[in-house]
Amino acid sequence: MTKRPIRFYQVGSFAVGNRLLSDAERTVQSDPQRSNSIDSGHRACQGCGEALGARYALDAAMRAANNQLVAVNATGCLEVFSTPYPETSWRIPWLHSLFGNAPAVATGVAAALRVKGRSDVRVVSQGGDGSTVDIGFGSLSGMFERNDDVLYICYDNEGYMNTGVQRSAATPPAARTATTDVVGPQPGNTFGQGKDLPRIAMAHDIPYVATATVADLHDLEAKVERAMSFRGARYLHVLVPCPLGWGSASNETIHIARLAKECGLFPVFEAEYGTVTAVSKIRRPVPVEEYLKLQKRFAHLFGKNPHPEMVTHLQEIANRNIERYGLLDADESPAARHAEVES
Amino acid sequence: MNKRPFAITLDVGTSRSNHTGSWRVERPVYLDRLPPCNNACPAGENIQGWLFEAESGEYEAAWRKLVEENPFPAIMGRVCFHPCESACNRVQVDEAVGINAVERFLGDYALQHGLRLPEAGPDSGHRVLVVGGGPAGLSAAYHLRRLGHAVRLVDSSAQLGGMMRYGIPAYRLPRDVLDAEIDRVVAMGVEVILNYNVEDIEVERESGRFDAVFLAVGAQLGKRVNIPAGDSAKILDAVNYLHEVADENPPLLGRRVVVYGGGDTAMDAARTARRLGATEAVVVYRRNQERMPAHQEEYEQAQVEGITMRWLSTISEVQSDKIVIEKMRLNAEGFPEATGEYEELDADAVVLALGQDTDLSLLSRADDVVVEHGAVKVSDNLMASERGVFAGGDAATEDRTATVAVGHGKKAARNIDAYLRGETRAPAAKHELADFSKLNTWYYSDAERTQRPELEKVRRQDNFEEVVLGLTERNALFEARRCMSCGNCFECDNCFGVCPDNAVIKLGDGKYAFNYDYCKGCGICVHECPCGAIEMVPEVI
Repeated sequence: MTKRPIRFYQVGSFAVGNRLLSDAERTVQSDPQRSNSIDSGHRACQGCGEALGARYALDAAMRAANNQLVAVNATGCLEVFSTPYPETSWRIPWLHSLFGNAPAVATGVAAALRVKGRSDVRVVSQGGDGSTVDIGFGSLSGMFERNDDVLYICYDNEGYMNTGVQRSAATPPAARTATTDVVGPQPGNTFGQGKDLPRIAMAHDIPYVATATVADLHDLEAKVERAMSFRGARYLHVLVPCPLGWGSASNETIHIARLAKECGLFPVFEAEYGTVTAVSKIRRPVPVEEYLKLQKRFAHLFGKNPHPEMVTHLQEIANRNIERYGLLDADESPAARHAEVES
Repeated sequence: MNKRPFAITLDVGTSRSNHTGSWRVERPVYLDRLPPCNNACPAGENIQGWLFEAESGEYEAAWRKLVEENPFPAIMGRVCFHPCESACNRVQVDEAVGINAVERFLGDYALQHGLRLPEAGPDSGHRVLVVGGGPAGLSAAYHLRRLGHAVRLVDSSAQLGGMMRYGIPAYRLPRDVLDAEIDRVVAMGVEVILNYNVEDIEVERESGRFDAVFLAVGAQLGKRVNIPAGDSAKILDAVNYLHEVADENPPLLGRRVVVYGGGDTAMDAARTARRLGATEAVVVYRRNQERMPAHQEEYEQAQVEGITMRWLSTISEVQSDKIVIEKMRLNAEGFPEATGEYEELDADAVVLALGQDTDLSLLSRADDVVVEHGAVKVSDNLMASERGVFAGGDAATEDRTATVAVGHGKKAARNIDAYLRGETRAPAAKHELADFSKLNTWYYSDAERTQRPELEKVRRQDNFEEVVLGLTERNALFEARRCMSCGNCFECDNCFGVCPDNAVIKLGDGKYAFNYDYCKGCGICVHECPCGAIEMVPEVI
């Protein structure tokens, strides 16, 4: 018989760890000695994707930086639920200043470390999509443009969640928020608005830009590690489902993030110096409905007065992502799948 | 004085003082569910358990776990029709795990490395008579010895093995494998008497002062039908035919052999005839392929070897060099009906493989043992009489496979043990089934099943070399690792990784615990557990 490598088929490369894997092949998260950068007792909701994403990313960054890390945090859920005075969940040096200035503060921290000759200490700046895409966008773009030595991580839960679920420029079309109500002929958030921040970041030609979700830990950790291998401005955009704002079950946080990637609405890729270098292929293709139906913010698209044309529109957006990033192998592209249904 | 920085009035505290576990209305708990393979195994093997050991390359540990239930892995790995694989959840992902192939690998590994079965238990002082040295009797002897009971095993044939030797041809089960696994059981201190016919079970029991009896006499009598036949017509039954072949005294059948019947025995008889020189071996069966009782594997291998099938046909007359067959059709209920159309077929001999009956004449004086439909009537505990008579294997069931018989042997042994201690055995309640809906198969990567190599067709024509070959260690390991470990934790660390509240504690050695001080009860760990080994239960207030 032909030889074939013995792979860990029981768990593939998708589970957090496995007793059969060597330590080097396991994730940072499978290590009982992981940093737990954000500690128990934080006040994030049940099943919070952001709390999970932050621990995933920062623990990986801690390992990559030999535990020499400073984090600067923008205002937002992550800051509010982790540091109700005088308690803190952070087990790493951590600063918070204002909603819109985290990239600028991080720039300052990096400059101070440079002056002190502490090239061993690395700087991470982080925030939600509100502080990243809207409020801190100017200072973030400046940080990119100056190529300051900071890894900026955006935990994207697609809205202002802790203030009561208001729309941000990262809220997807059709989604219900407190400020995009389900009224009128096109209920929910407007189509054709919003910002695609990973692509904007790429346009700055910075060393590294990547997207990830909390559903693929191996991929997320590899991207953090890759990002930490560069000096200069780097950007990581992590999709973190929000059970509260999205109206999803708390146990489905990871499942929903996985579906966002599998349906094509959230493309997972990485880019270096403005050019896409790798994409995560879709493994089990699903129509956007499977992703949307699990979230109450899209409930108005289905049910008694459905809006199938809006679902179709969202599917077109997903298809566009699939084409743009080549998320499916040739024979599985939306066009080919469509042809199969027709025949 | 205040030594704190400007405008700071409180010391920094940790969020650990905030016990978020109080938010919870449901709590996750670890549990073991019953994997469908284990549930389907007639021998009651802990398949998931021994695959778990095999996955780490711990073949001896895997084998030890296997022989806790079944002392014949090398035999089972060849002759079992593996209901475990039909039940395997992996069927719904790609293909079933090749459990049978791994079992055979482990069995062969143990034989190659001379592994010994567990020692017999401390002497209980009880004596048990086991009648019949087939899979049921041998399995019972093994388990009875482990429980410390003295066992006398009697058999009417010249060698032990029952239908494993006299029914299953050597190309499916090589005799060195059979002998080696049987010898290992005998070596545990079983008193064996061969070529011995028990005429009367009561006499036997009294003269030997046995405390209990296990009847595992099998079904050795080929069923006959009345077919008009000429004086020189050669008609045999398949059971005798295979027995004589096994005794290396095969009868001469001629060049053209017809086998009548559609079960595994029919396939074995036809394949055996072909190996012994028949140029044509035709199986005549009254129903069609879908309704044939033979297992698909046997049928496919027979086809490869050039056995031809005559579906929807009955034999209405046998002459010295030909037979007359009548064509049938299936009625609405699926029963065959005669059509009145006849056809002649050249044939030098006809082998009848129409099922088997049990010879229970030894029970003639045992008035309290009931025989129903040709089988001993037994309770759920396999007890045939309150006086400690138990029965199992082909003699007590219509489901006549070696694996069922091995399972009966074990069950009988455990019930006999309870009986000897003056108790009635009440098996522990089964765990909830780990059906497919309990799994999160995203985490298992795609892996097609490893096919076992088969002996080339030309090399099967005139000998009894084994047809299906074993897996290499590499392939066996690959195959074992395809197991999804349904319902039982396999240490993937997912729960430990996916908790947003760091409320899972990794204890090491494959153990985890929840920190209910901080677990908010979100349920992500349950949803993302690949194998369904965690469940949410309501908090009781």
